[in-house]
This record gives sequence, C-alpha cells and structure tokens, in this order.
Amino acid sequence: MLPQELRDTLAERIACAEASREQAVEVMLEVQRHYGYMTDEAMVEAAELLDMTTLELEGLATFYDHIYREPVGKHVIHVCDSLICWMEGHESVIEHISSRLNVEMGGTTGDGLFTLLPVCCIGYCDRAPAMTIDGKVYGRLTPEKIDRILGRLKENSEHSETE
Amino acid sequence: MSMYPQVLFQNRKPDRIATIDEYRRSGGYEALTRALTKSNPVEICKVVEDAGLRGRGGAGFPSAKKWQSVPPDGAFPRYIAANADEMEPGTFKDRMLIHADPHTIIEGMALAAYVISASKAFIFIRPSYDSSAAILEREIGIARQSGFLGENILGSGFSFDITVHRSGGRYICGEGTALLNALMGKRPNPTKPPPYPTIKGLWERPTVVNNIETFACVPHIVRNGAEWFRGLARSKTGTGTKLYCVSGKVKNPGCFELPMGTPLNEIIEAHAGGMLPGSEFKTCLPGGASTLYLTKEHYGVEMDFEPLSACGNRLGTAAIIVFDGNTCLLAATLNLMRFFARESCGWCTPCREGLPYLRDLLWRIENGEGREEYIPAIRKMCRHMWNSFCALAPGAASPVESLLTHFEDEVMEHIRKRKCPFKK
Repeated sequence: MLPQELRDTLAERIACAEASREQAVEVMLEVQRHYGYMTDEAMVEAAELLDMTTLELEGLATFYDHIYREPVGKHVIHVCDSLICWMEGHESVIEHISSRLNVEMGGTTGDGLFTLLPVCCIGYCDRAPAMTIDGKVYGRLTPEKIDRILGRLKENSEHSETE
Repeated sequence: MSMYPQVLFQNRKPDRIATIDEYRRSGGYEALTRALTKSNPVEICKVVEDAGLRGRGGAGFPSAKKWQSVPPDGAFPRYIAANADEMEPGTFKDRMLIHADPHTIIEGMALAAYVISASKAFIFIRPSYDSSAAILEREIGIARQSGFLGENILGSGFSFDITVHRSGGRYICGEGTALLNALMGKRPNPTKPPPYPTIKGLWERPTVVNNIETFACVPHIVRNGAEWFRGLARSKTGTGTKLYCVSGKVKNPGCFELPMGTPLNEIIEAHAGGMLPGSEFKTCLPGGASTLYLTKEHYGVEMDFEPLSACGNRLGTAAIIVFDGNTCLLAATLNLMRFFARESCGWCTPCREGLPYLRDLLWRIENGEGREEYIPAIRKMCRHMWNSFCALAPGAASPVESLLTHFEDEVMEHIRKRKCPFKK
C-alpha cells in the first residue's frame, strides 16, 4: 500500500487537474519512485486514484520509456543510442558498462544496484556520447569517466547500507 | 559571443540561468504590460502577423495564422500547449533556451494566451529534461509572485496560468495532436485533423500548440515591432533569428542564435569551429533526423524555410548534424531507422510495419547480406510511408530516400563487396 501521505499528495494533485487522467504519467512517475517500478499492486492503486481502469493505465504504462513495468535496479542507466551518440561511439559506452557491471542491455545487476537500458536521443548532442542515471545527465563519456560515475554510485549505496 | 544581435539568448550566461530581474532589465515583461494595459488581442496578433513569425518546431506554420484560426465564438476555457518535448535527434535548442532565459518563454506564452483568450497553459516536457522542468516550475512561481501570471494579471482582468507537464518519454509525443492526447492522459497516438486543435484541442476546447522557441520570439516582436523582427533575418524570405544546433563531426558542437537564413557553411565554419581536424564535410542533415541528406553542392544554402525547400530539403528543427568522409552513411541511416521503428506509436500499418522492413533491409546491406534488388524495394517502401497517418513515417523515409539519391554508389559498394567498406 502507498503511504497515506503520498496518497493524499497525489489525490490533491489530481483534484487540481482539468481532468483526473491528465495526471496519469506524473502519478505513475511518483508511485514508481515509491515502489521502484510499477508493480501490479501499484498499477491498481494508481488507476484507482486516477479514476481509470487498470487496463487503460496499462496502455500508458507500457507506452512510455520511463515507466517501468518490470523490476529495475536501484539506479537506472539510460544510454543514448541515437545518431549523434552513435557517431561518437555509444557502442563502446554500452560495452564498457556491460563488462564493468557484468550486465546485458536490458538487464539488472545481480546485486540489484543497476539496470542498463537504451534511450532515444536525450538532447545532449553537444556532449555526446551521453547517458542519464536516475534522470541525471552525464556527457562526453569516456571509460574513465564512466568508472568514476559508477564507482561513486556503488560507494554511496554501500554507505547507505552500513548506516 | 556572436557578432549578430542576440535576442532569445541576450541574457545567456555560461554558468547560470538569467533571473527575472535580469530579464526585466533587458526589457522583459514590458510587452506583456503594454499589451494588457494599452493594447488589445487583435493588435498584438497583427504585430506577430506583420513580423512574419513562423513556427520554430519543424513545420514552420505562420504563428499568427494559427492563432487567428481559433474561432471568435469558440468555447471556453481555451488552452495553450507549449512543446518542449524536443526528441528529434540532434536538437537541443529548447533545453538551451530554458537554461538561458526562461522568462522569455513564459512572457511569450502569456501574450499568446491574451491573443486567443486562453486561461491555462501546459508546458509539455520530456523526462530527460527533468532539470529544465524544475527550472520552469520555479520561474513560473516567480513570475506568478511578480504578478505576471495568475488571477487578474496587472489589474487588467486577464487571468492566465501555466503548468509544467512531465512526459513519460516517447518521440511521437512531440507531434502536435499526439502531444494533446498525451496531455489528456490518453494513449499518445496522433489524430488526423480536421478538426484542428485550434478548433477542438484539449478537452474539445480551442488549443494553440507552439514550440517554446516560437513563444520566446513573441515578447521581442511585440516590444520592438514587426519591422525590427523582419530586419533581423539575413535571407529575403526569413524573419527573426533562429536557434541553430550543430552536432557531429565539428570542432565546437553547440547551439547558436543567428539571423534566420545564415548560410550553412558559415554556421559550420565560423560558429561551430569548422570540421574536426583531418575530417572533411561529406554531408549533413540540416534540420534533425527527419530531413534529407544535403550534399556539398548546397553547402552555402541559406538556412531558412524557403531556400531549403527550394533545394528539395526542409529546415525542420534547424539541427544540423554533420558527417565526414569516414562515417558510413548507410550505418548512420540504419541507426536512424532503428530509432524511428522503435519510436513509431504503432497506430497505423504503414509506419508500424514499413519502418522495421526498411530497417531490416538496411541492416542486411550493412552486414554484407545485401542484394541489388533491395534498392528498388527500399524506394518502394519509402513511397508507401506517405500513406501513414502522421508525419513520422514520411519524415523517417527522408534520410533513406536521400541516401539512395545522393549516395547510391556507397550503398552499392556495400552490396558488391558484401561488407561495409568503412569497417576495417
């Protein structure tokens, strides 16, 4: 179950909208932040809040790149694979991340820390090749830079576990 | 710094966003103040019409004409939808604009709302621009506190407010009618007009959809006049300035505000620093992924709607993607087809089935499995794309068709050698 406080915030937001389902994507993004991904339970709860059937909401959930209907890791890496990043070597970025984390494109690491996904042009073509992790953008990627970024995220999660 | 007048980027700074005070010191919100206190919607629309402002999102439709198509007796409430989805590969001008001077977008939206008597607006923005969405939300709040948004703006009786709407991320949402469906929480398939959104848009009410760069031009036009705006352009048919993005094999990729109609070679050489050392200009896509490969023959073309259309191309989003002699154009086009096939919404058959077909044939040729008879098959399928529901599939066919027009030899070399000649 969603915490009451989050339910109230979302309900308030929906009440302010022109029509409840206008908030469908934003509600899913919030609910997903809570559960990690859109679980079946999350779908039912979100659909109720939005006054939609779960089937209607499913049609949206499966449409969008940033709504996850399957479990994802703590950090979701989206590597841009569109034209400019392709020209600047996005394939080697994916290979590097794959081998570093021992994960295939579309997969999640064994420790549940990272999921690797492709994404369409993220509009950082002046800093290609680029990727986002949990919505934060990293550009002009090199193997060293990727190692630093991934290392920091790993370290932070180790700290949070010992705390 | 550019030697040309900076309008949308006049307050652009290398390290931070312009504040509302800085925007106001440069004349910001004077246009809205004057419009609401001394002018009427018809006059404002007339200035924009005389200025010849055309949509900056890709289609280039005259903005005033769009606004005028809202029926005078149209229902209320009316809406404004600002498109900041920007998923066209190579395009990042909207992000640059939001991070440079967000209030010029907000003021432009308020002026457009005044013209069509809209009371509410949405800025539709993609998930990878989350920081841009947060900036907009913050600055909209500041504009509201300063009395430029909200109830009874500047005591004029006109009320208008803006909401930022986050998308879940899909290329098709940038298409005007798909964007409206997305905003309403429906599956974002495009719909075929008529009725046009200005007659029946969001919740069946009149709705104007414009790109945020288009809105950002409006305050400057209203404040400085139509003649001034027309005079900013370098080409005969152009008006105003344009945010050109340059990416690919150039020294300094970036977004540059230049007079509309600045020649392509000048943009690449003088502003983007020229080609990377040791590489030579082979071709470019002049306006994002849905335009045609432009060859050296048109290297000096004025980057404006008319001159590009005269050489069979399109200005699109004015995102120039530059290729050099070492880049395999077949592989580049294959990358584009993967993009378009994945991003097709799947609603209509030609697009859903045709794009993967094109992608697969290109894949076979690139990987040494090509045959000569694939070439007429590709051409034929490209023509079928015009039977699709919206502009995605014909746009997707543009690079493929132009690949065959200008670089058929390169494609044939793949087939003859049974491998990609660029791979060692």
